[in-house]
Amino acid sequence: MVPIHMQRAGFDPAPELAELRAGKGIKRIRTAFGMEAWVVTRFADVREVLSDPVRFSNARLQEAGRAPGLPPVSPEERARQLAGNLLAADPPEHTRLRRMLTPEFTVRRMRRLEPRIREIVDEHLDAMERHGPPADLVAEFALPVPSLVICELLGVPYADRAEFQARSNRQLDLSHAVEDRMRAARESRAYMAKLVAGAQADPGEDMLGMLVREHGDDLTPDELVGIASLLLLAGHETTANMLGLGTLALLRHPDQLAMVRDEPERVDAAVEELLRWLSIVHAGTGKMATVDTEIAGQRIAAGDLVMCALPTANRDPELRTHPDALDVTRGGAGHVAFGHGIHHCLGAPLARMEMKIGFPALLRRFPGLAEVPGTAEFRSFSIIYGLTSLEVTW
Amino acid sequence: MKGDLVAGVHADRDVCIGAGMCVLTAGAVFDQDDDGIVVVLDEHPADVAAAREAVANCPSGALSLTEE
Repeated sequence: MVPIHMQRAGFDPAPELAELRAGKGIKRIRTAFGMEAWVVTRFADVREVLSDPVRFSNARLQEAGRAPGLPPVSPEERARQLAGNLLAADPPEHTRLRRMLTPEFTVRRMRRLEPRIREIVDEHLDAMERHGPPADLVAEFALPVPSLVICELLGVPYADRAEFQARSNRQLDLSHAVEDRMRAARESRAYMAKLVAGAQADPGEDMLGMLVREHGDDLTPDELVGIASLLLLAGHETTANMLGLGTLALLRHPDQLAMVRDEPERVDAAVEELLRWLSIVHAGTGKMATVDTEIAGQRIAAGDLVMCALPTANRDPELRTHPDALDVTRGGAGHVAFGHGIHHCLGAPLARMEMKIGFPALLRRFPGLAEVPGTAEFRSFSIIYGLTSLEVTW
Repeated sequence: MKGDLVAGVHADRDVCIGAGMCVLTAGAVFDQDDDGIVVVLDEHPADVAAAREAVANCPSGALSLTEE
């Protein structure tokens, strides 16, 4: 049974969650990991929780226990696994790590990556065109593009990229057995450790090289591995599912698609509206209340878990009129698809750039792009919502 | 100036997490330095609406606007 905060009805949040938002706004649920948590559904309440790392802790969540059924790990291994993971840290630890990474994600720094992203997008469109229709847009375009962009950012050598991509997919594909995914995660960490050692011996122009040059004395190898692993996890499936699901959303709204394809000045707003409307991250990271407090009129006890339902927050009538309509002409940044507060997605400028390049390039290359009816497969049980496959023709 | 609406923009660089939302929302008012931290380009912007939106959307709450 998919937990309520991860349920969807096609592009929409589960009707039960929308009812909750219109009513009490908050309720006790059982999470995917078998623990109880409060789910918060309104835009204002979600922003309140996400804005306050003192009352709502990410680091303390790590104490809440691990998912049942997973093999135990020693405290030392656990500490190693959490090193460098910004999503598992509170200030001042979080502030220390984030400050080191921020220069690599400025709007200006992203512009330097732009030509390379265009090349990666074009290479995959070329391959799709050569191969001819039909094609699985997820496997041929949506997944590999962000994966190669991460390779570029981390400095994964060309010779390793195919293997890196295959391993990332195994690690992140929730349809694989948990043991397989954990094995892939261990292999991935081993690879990252090799990459980090290489960067320490000979720092290049990529992000790991920069971190070693600028902060080599402040970061342990475990932290560097943790940072690289988080960037892979956070930057891979998120953008991939936005590209896949976003394309399907546009194909099913042809008037909106035509604007994204033919009116380049609209693409910024269109990307924001797609982010808001699709809200592919169900809930981001859970939080643990550090004190007895109150949200949406509900008493929350210290030690309680709190999940923020990003899709219902982004479809809150308090945020936008006619929130359930997809209207690419009105997009603005005031949504919580990237979260809010100090954990607001570090890679947001990169994700935006990949979509601003990816959607128009795809739609202009294949002006007759159409879904093969009945092939779009929504992912029903995953941390990140999206499509497992989407057959397209042109 | 009495009676005029004058907006004053302030950024707390210690609170800033470098999300860059302000640059995206009101690029004439805000920029990021080489470390990604916010810089106020125009303390009294003409486009108060854009500045207000940037303040409202700042993920870390580093921005504020005083209206006199």
